[in-house]
Amino acid sequence: MPRTARDVVFVDGVRTPFGKAGPKGIYHETRADDLVVKCIRELLRRNPNLPAERIDEVAVAATTQIGDQGLTIGRTAALLSGLPKSVPGYAIDRMCAGALTAVTTTAGGIAFGAYDVVVAGGVEHMGRHPMGEGVDPNPRFVSEKLVDESALFMGMTAENLHDRFPHLTKERCDAYAVASQEKAAKAYANGKIQPDLVPIAVRRTNPEAGETGWGLAVSDEPMRPGTTLENLAGLKTPFRPHGRITAGNSAGLNDGATASLLAAEDVAEELGLPVRMRLVSYAFAGVEPEVMGIGPVPATEKALAKAGLSISDIGAFEVNEAFAVQVLAFLDHYGIADDDERVNPYGGAIAFGHPLASSGVRLMNQLARRFEERPDVRYGLTTMCIGFGMGGTVIWENPHWSGATQNAQIEGAK
Amino acid sequence: MTTTEMLQRAAELFPDEVVTTAHVRHIDLPGQAGRFALITLDNGFDHTKPTTFGPGSLARLSEALDQVEREAAAGEIAAVGVTGKPFIFAVGADLKGVEVLKERSDAVAIGKGGHDVFKRIAALPVPSFAFYNGAAMGGGVEIGLHCTYRTVSSGVPAFSLPECFLGLVPGWGGCTLLPNLIGPQKAIQVVIENSLSQNKQLRGVQVYELGIADAIFEPADFLEQSLLWAASVLKGEIVVERPEIDRGEAWDQAVAHGRLIADSKVHGAAPAPYRALDIIAGAKDGDLQKGFDAEDEALADLIMSGELRSGIYAFNLVQKRAKRPAGAPDKSLARKVTKVGVVGAGLMASQLALLFARRLEVPVVLTDIDQERVDKGVGYVHGEIDKLLEKRRVSPDKANRLKALVTGSLDKAAAFGDADFVIEAVFEEMGVKQDVFAELEAVVSPEAILATNTSSLSVTEMASKLQHPERVVGFHFFNPVAVLPLLEIVRGEKTDDASLATAFATAKKLKKTAVLVKDAPAFVVNRVLTRFLGTVLGTIDEGTPIEVADRALQPLGLPMSPIVLLELVGPAVAHHVAGTLHAAFPDRFGVSENLGRVVKAGKRGIYTWASGKQEVDPEVAALFEVGSTVLTEEQVRDKALDAIAEEIHLMLEEGVVAEAQDVDLCLITGAGWPFHLGGITPYLDREGVSERVNGKPFLARGVASVPA
Repeated sequence: MPRTARDVVFVDGVRTPFGKAGPKGIYHETRADDLVVKCIRELLRRNPNLPAERIDEVAVAATTQIGDQGLTIGRTAALLSGLPKSVPGYAIDRMCAGALTAVTTTAGGIAFGAYDVVVAGGVEHMGRHPMGEGVDPNPRFVSEKLVDESALFMGMTAENLHDRFPHLTKERCDAYAVASQEKAAKAYANGKIQPDLVPIAVRRTNPEAGETGWGLAVSDEPMRPGTTLENLAGLKTPFRPHGRITAGNSAGLNDGATASLLAAEDVAEELGLPVRMRLVSYAFAGVEPEVMGIGPVPATEKALAKAGLSISDIGAFEVNEAFAVQVLAFLDHYGIADDDERVNPYGGAIAFGHPLASSGVRLMNQLARRFEERPDVRYGLTTMCIGFGMGGTVIWENPHWSGATQNAQIEGAK
Repeated sequence: MTTTEMLQRAAELFPDEVVTTAHVRHIDLPGQAGRFALITLDNGFDHTKPTTFGPGSLARLSEALDQVEREAAAGEIAAVGVTGKPFIFAVGADLKGVEVLKERSDAVAIGKGGHDVFKRIAALPVPSFAFYNGAAMGGGVEIGLHCTYRTVSSGVPAFSLPECFLGLVPGWGGCTLLPNLIGPQKAIQVVIENSLSQNKQLRGVQVYELGIADAIFEPADFLEQSLLWAASVLKGEIVVERPEIDRGEAWDQAVAHGRLIADSKVHGAAPAPYRALDIIAGAKDGDLQKGFDAEDEALADLIMSGELRSGIYAFNLVQKRAKRPAGAPDKSLARKVTKVGVVGAGLMASQLALLFARRLEVPVVLTDIDQERVDKGVGYVHGEIDKLLEKRRVSPDKANRLKALVTGSLDKAAAFGDADFVIEAVFEEMGVKQDVFAELEAVVSPEAILATNTSSLSVTEMASKLQHPERVVGFHFFNPVAVLPLLEIVRGEKTDDASLATAFATAKKLKKTAVLVKDAPAFVVNRVLTRFLGTVLGTIDEGTPIEVADRALQPLGLPMSPIVLLELVGPAVAHHVAGTLHAAFPDRFGVSENLGRVVKAGKRGIYTWASGKQEVDPEVAALFEVGSTVLTEEQVRDKALDAIAEEIHLMLEEGVVAEAQDVDLCLITGAGWPFHLGGITPYLDREGVSERVNGKPFLARGVASVPA
């Protein structure tokens, strides 16, 4: 049977404000599944043209699929969101790249013709489900020295990355982190972030955490505007005595959820859904688990190769900031300056937070907003490092690219 | 006294209050709509212990209002909201706090205290919002009525002003504010009609449709959407428009209609709905303070009334005592019931089969003497299941399951060999029932429960010829089985604890109110009703006109008059039961010869509606041979009440039930006797009947009356 791959577009994406994990965090008394459910409902509210029964899949990622993140969360979230019972769902796990993988996997399904419209997102409530909850690593990893013990601890892998690239100093990382906070604060001030946030009602019964009763989370809790190099210089290095990784130059432990709407481009047109990004290519790649932070480099190489593009074609980068050093390693590889304006101009995970499996869609939300503002940019990419030595990259095309209009005019003139 | 002092004193009277805290938390509304102070009402427990208001809770709310008043005056907040803990908004005043009140002045304090606190919400210089997130009743509903705007969750399962049901009026603003918000007609539907219809609850959608709430949102993100809506209202993006209320003649008509509804429900016998209607009538001019004052007065009068105390007593019987039947053995002794047999396939048996199948969801086999009767019985059950399916009360899959569960058989050995519980509903005659049980014992396991639905025969005697009489229990339902909650569970002389425990466990699964009764003639409800009916019929036999005797009990507000009750039971059944009780207690229970003639003539009733109104059927009148003693209504009433008081007293002496409370619970759930009578013994006590007849009241002071 002959087939034609269909173009896949990013229709819309939303997220909860991200919270700090722990007893004083805004979401301490909020369920993880409720977070992602509220994102899915917001997508439907924002896209009234989309009949809910047209959704063919709900893919929701979570790293720790236990309790309120278990029970095949994509399906339970679909039911809890009030989607028709005919809409299926499933759960995805690729640790930090969970939501990214939810997007790429369902996008593959759209291209193949299995789906017309999907919901893809992720959730991680690291307060309710701390990293490593319930894990049971095979003892062979250690006995056969398949990986170094440090591979299991992301902070240690980041220290390892510093060892590999001694010129990526703590000072450069701290400077990068300060800039991330500044850019995020500026983006908030300019209203770049809020349009894609879903307010979440949050209950608090512990007076030690602040005012009790119901409140409303409307902005990212982890942000520390006004952070200075001096603030960061004295922070502890919990992963190594006299190390380089601190709470200041890495993303924290966070709670949050995201959800996006993807569609075949022809279906988006049929339903009158907006096209905010067009999928060009994606790739995942493995690296040594001890230096997982380098993962985005081979993943990007692969994705560029599949798209027939080179790094110079990319006008907008959204790189997840699990650790500043990992961003710098990526930029360093491609010879891009630490403060290049194409990279994370609205700030990144160091400021907003990184609730593991939800972060991928946050990168896409921000890239989509940037595309709207920059019709001169044709291609952008979202990339992240992934635990146990992986990276994932998705390359997107800007549908607002002004060159596209010019080309169309030229085509029309022929 | 200031509100604070009043509340302090009230709180001292009620030290056991579960205090609701009013948490104040500030929110920066999206879109620069301003800072919002959200008050969360929360008693610190989960949804199984709903949030209530006692004096201590009102004091906490008052403190929260101190804070938001200050903030509003200082321009620090743009609006104030009120919402509840998960699944519960607030379910109103804590009744325990009302029960302890002894002085009218304290009763006034309760009303005024609520008003004084709630009124401050309306008086805020900023708009106020109620977000009805979950169950809201009474004072819970009322606090929202004082707000400028309201939203409701479509998931709210219960929303009501149940005060009239208990014997109060919605007295923290409900009677005054609701008609001014949605008009008197709809307000009366909520305050009077729903309340007096077994405390019918509104769901979220109806709250919105009635216009009580200005917006409705789904439960999944109710609070978020409510807050965003509030932000839009504050920014002027949404303008709330409410329909104009007709304050002309329509208002008076609505109130007049309300009085008809109240009459049809309580027959003038309970003061609360009429007081509520008076206040609603007065609310026509929109003078809120005048209305609130009237509410305070009504509330204080009613709190000090026997009707309200009886209402709370009755409510507690139905809510609490019904769930922990007095004298029931430890439930761990209960055996499993995995299959049920029903002997007989008549109407009663078929109703039982349907009930067992629906509630226990185990196989139920009907047997009778021939295939035709069995087929008819099974056919009836299947037909009823189809009706449930049509009304969407069950899904097609559930209907299939239920139908497959109910089968018929002529072979009792095959049908009942593996049944754990077999109930007979055959002809009401000892010999017939003993034969049925003997036949059953031959085919069932030695532990299988043999239950009888007898209404008047001795369970002990019925079991006496069995090898295992310890597994026999009386299981007396009330007609219509699907409507009346009562189930009298009769312990025979030899009934063992395990069988009794199994009977109670089964009753619970059947969702029936089980009351343990001794094996005494006609048990509880039929004995009281028969004595009562017999007394009234006796006055007719002696010469009092039927109409006069039948009107005699009107001041009690019983669900139906004695003659209508007789017609509902059926003259033949009533006559039969009277015969049984006459045999047991010949000096107290007579057998009306006139009734005998009515039965013999095959008449099903006394009245006829042939002319369009209720009249004594001339054919029946012709059958009556009466004496020459003509009593007044009052005399008939005294005679009837004396008889009831005497009979209940004797039943308690005989140990038919544990306490007077059980008699009342039986009369409320098995005969529909009203809350304002407390069943009957609180009424007999407060009217002095108990004292007159028995020399003492049934209940200690304070149990269903104002404490000493």
